[in-house]
Amino acid sequence: MTAELGAFALALALALAALSTAFCGLGRWRNSPVLAGAGEGAMIAAAAAVALAFGALILAFVTSDFSVANVAGNSHTDKPMLYKVAGAWGSHEGSLVLWCLVMTGFGAALARARGLPFGLKASALGTQALLSTLFLAFAVFTSSPFERLDPAPFQGASLNPLLQDPALAFHPPLLYGGYVGFSVCFSLAVAALIEGRIDTAWGRWVRPWALASWALLTVGITLGSFWAYYELGWGGWWFWDPVENASFMPWLAGAALLHSAVVTERRGALGGWTVFLALLAFTFSMLGAFLVRSGVLTSVHAFAVDPERGLILLAILGVAAGAAFALFAWRVPRLKGGGLFAPVSREGALVLNNLFLTAAAATVLLGTLYPLMLEAATGQTISVGPPYFALTFTPLMVLAFLILPAGPLLAWKRGDLKGAGQRLAVAGGLALVAALAGWMVFEPKKALAAAGLGVGAWLILGALAETAERVRLFRAPLGEVGRRARGLPLAAWGMTLAHAGLGVFVLGAVAETAFKIEAVAVLPVGGTVASGPFTVTLNAVEVVEGPNYLAEQGRLTIAPTQGGTARDITAERRFFPAGGQTTTEIGLDFRGLDDVYVVMGERRRAPDGAQAWSVRVHWNPWARLIFLGPMIMTLGGLLSLMDRRLRVGVGMRRARAT
Amino acid sequence: MSWLPRSPKARRRLWVVAAVAPILVLAVGLALWAMQDGVTYFVSPSEANAETAPVGRNMRLGGLVETGSVRHDAQGQVWFRVTDNAASTQVVFRGDLPDLFREGQGIVAQGTFLSDRSFRADQVLAKHDETYMPREVADRLKERGEWRPEGAQP
Repeated sequence: MTAELGAFALALALALAALSTAFCGLGRWRNSPVLAGAGEGAMIAAAAAVALAFGALILAFVTSDFSVANVAGNSHTDKPMLYKVAGAWGSHEGSLVLWCLVMTGFGAALARARGLPFGLKASALGTQALLSTLFLAFAVFTSSPFERLDPAPFQGASLNPLLQDPALAFHPPLLYGGYVGFSVCFSLAVAALIEGRIDTAWGRWVRPWALASWALLTVGITLGSFWAYYELGWGGWWFWDPVENASFMPWLAGAALLHSAVVTERRGALGGWTVFLALLAFTFSMLGAFLVRSGVLTSVHAFAVDPERGLILLAILGVAAGAAFALFAWRVPRLKGGGLFAPVSREGALVLNNLFLTAAAATVLLGTLYPLMLEAATGQTISVGPPYFALTFTPLMVLAFLILPAGPLLAWKRGDLKGAGQRLAVAGGLALVAALAGWMVFEPKKALAAAGLGVGAWLILGALAETAERVRLFRAPLGEVGRRARGLPLAAWGMTLAHAGLGVFVLGAVAETAFKIEAVAVLPVGGTVASGPFTVTLNAVEVVEGPNYLAEQGRLTIAPTQGGTARDITAERRFFPAGGQTTTEIGLDFRGLDDVYVVMGERRRAPDGAQAWSVRVHWNPWARLIFLGPMIMTLGGLLSLMDRRLRVGVGMRRARAT
Repeated sequence: MSWLPRSPKARRRLWVVAAVAPILVLAVGLALWAMQDGVTYFVSPSEANAETAPVGRNMRLGGLVETGSVRHDAQGQVWFRVTDNAASTQVVFRGDLPDLFREGQGIVAQGTFLSDRSFRADQVLAKHDETYMPREVADRLKERGEWRPEGAQP
């Protein structure tokens, strides 16, 4: 019954979304608030219907209803409850329902949003409803998760054990929140083009959606990266794999959009560009969905691949993005340009930021799609690996980071570069000291890595310097500093946090990449291996039984070579009989900011014939910062988001007064 | 600055071009430069034997792990042959193999060809999913008519 109810709810949602599209379109055309209101109602009802369908799917997974093909293919009675629930979005069909849920959910939020002018709201909601209709039709007609199996199997095929992990259970919902959240920016951009009006108010409406999506995407990518780091057991956290790039391109476009929307909001300038980025961000999201789902690119972590249905995604992408960019090309020349500004100004700095971010996104796009293009053109198969990205993406980003701290210190319209330089002198000096210290402390000595540490410090100190400047730290009595700090808008704190978080991430990424040490050894029980400043001893190996797996568990002691407390950890090699698959469960010892990361390998014979195990030990200095930085950035984004409400209030009050 | 255009709009446009151009040139230049070293060509054992694979350059070799060819030596190295059922290449690898490395499994090895046409791998990739076949490997096998659909054993 549940599955039929779910299938019905999903079909109902499709009808409601189509209805909402029609009502909003007609309402806008006839200027009828009643029709547009009906469109809003239909959108909210569609969201409720998708939620019902999603609930039914989760229920089918929780109750292990193997008569549903999707459940039988992705679940198992032995699976812990969390992964039964997460199994609902572990497959192509289930994740598509999640996608539709987020899309209609954001649509419903847009429908309930207040203060938007009638025309813009109706057009935006109509666009959102149309997008939802496309994706719901895709779900209903080609990818229904509610298909029945007859006869029903007694046991399911289980979810891929690698996906049975807390980080990955929450990764798709957050990632989709970000991916699909950009659809609202897309809809608002299309609406602005239809209405032919891009002003400061539009900038103010698009920004919270961009901020929320970007923050969700940041957490989602970080969780995914952290999962790859500790679940795959390869010791790395970013592989420039097509699937990773697919999530990273919308993130870059979204980051550019956030900054350019600020200019549109404050100064009414760059309207066309902001609209372009809003279209681009969601186009990248759809491109990502296509790349991940279709399997056209070889990826190490693509799940739920299905080439044929991937092609339908490509068609949706082509229709939606093609129409939107055609509309853009047609309407944008008629838009009025906004306020003028001098090259050296806050606007100028934000334009530079946007150029670097989009250029970086373009190099990532090229690197991701180049194998496809070359194969289509010459038939040669290649892969574009980390060296390409290290040589293109990194230099562009470093340049962007170098100018970043100056931006917030420049005034709108016309900035004072010399003044900004003076205010940043201390931060710059300290960053140089940090680079020098990095050169002295870390072994082996690497000039580029030391410079990278300097850049990270420069970002953090630059962000702090700007805040210190605004609260007049050290230059005014403490009481006034406190008063000013309380008076700073949350958005200012948010920006400081986000920029400092970026610096924290850079520090971690540079230190980990440049100074990590990997050691592999075949150890008998009692054997030791050294990696960096730590010695690892294999104490015992025993077989343990988990809920749905058998594991060979190694007990190891990690002791600092220079003396200090030794700690015991366990690392496992798990065998899942349901899928016949083996996975690695690494042992991770947090040592301050560093990680000692131990992987239990296969059982081998030692030269003397005794049993031994291949053990790999990574010492990853400052690895903690790689994941901490993006969390700080997310927090910054959320703070800015909370500030929004205040300013909407202010804007409305001001509008009423005039 | 008399050479600057008079109208503020044209002046702004000029500034935008002045800012965009170098960044664009930099991005394109970097991309072209990096493409020379950053890309890795993929070959199958048959292609490697046809002497198209240069020695010492970073390459990817893909195929099936030949059944019965996997051997561990005392130095902790793994020796195995990668085959596309028409030709095979000897691979030597140091380090631990991915969990899904098995005989008969499709894999991609990254590394360099040695002068005796054997392959020294720095990295061996198998996927997260046991029914996975690297796409390049599947394509080459299809070309040779050696493709068997998912999971079917010969």
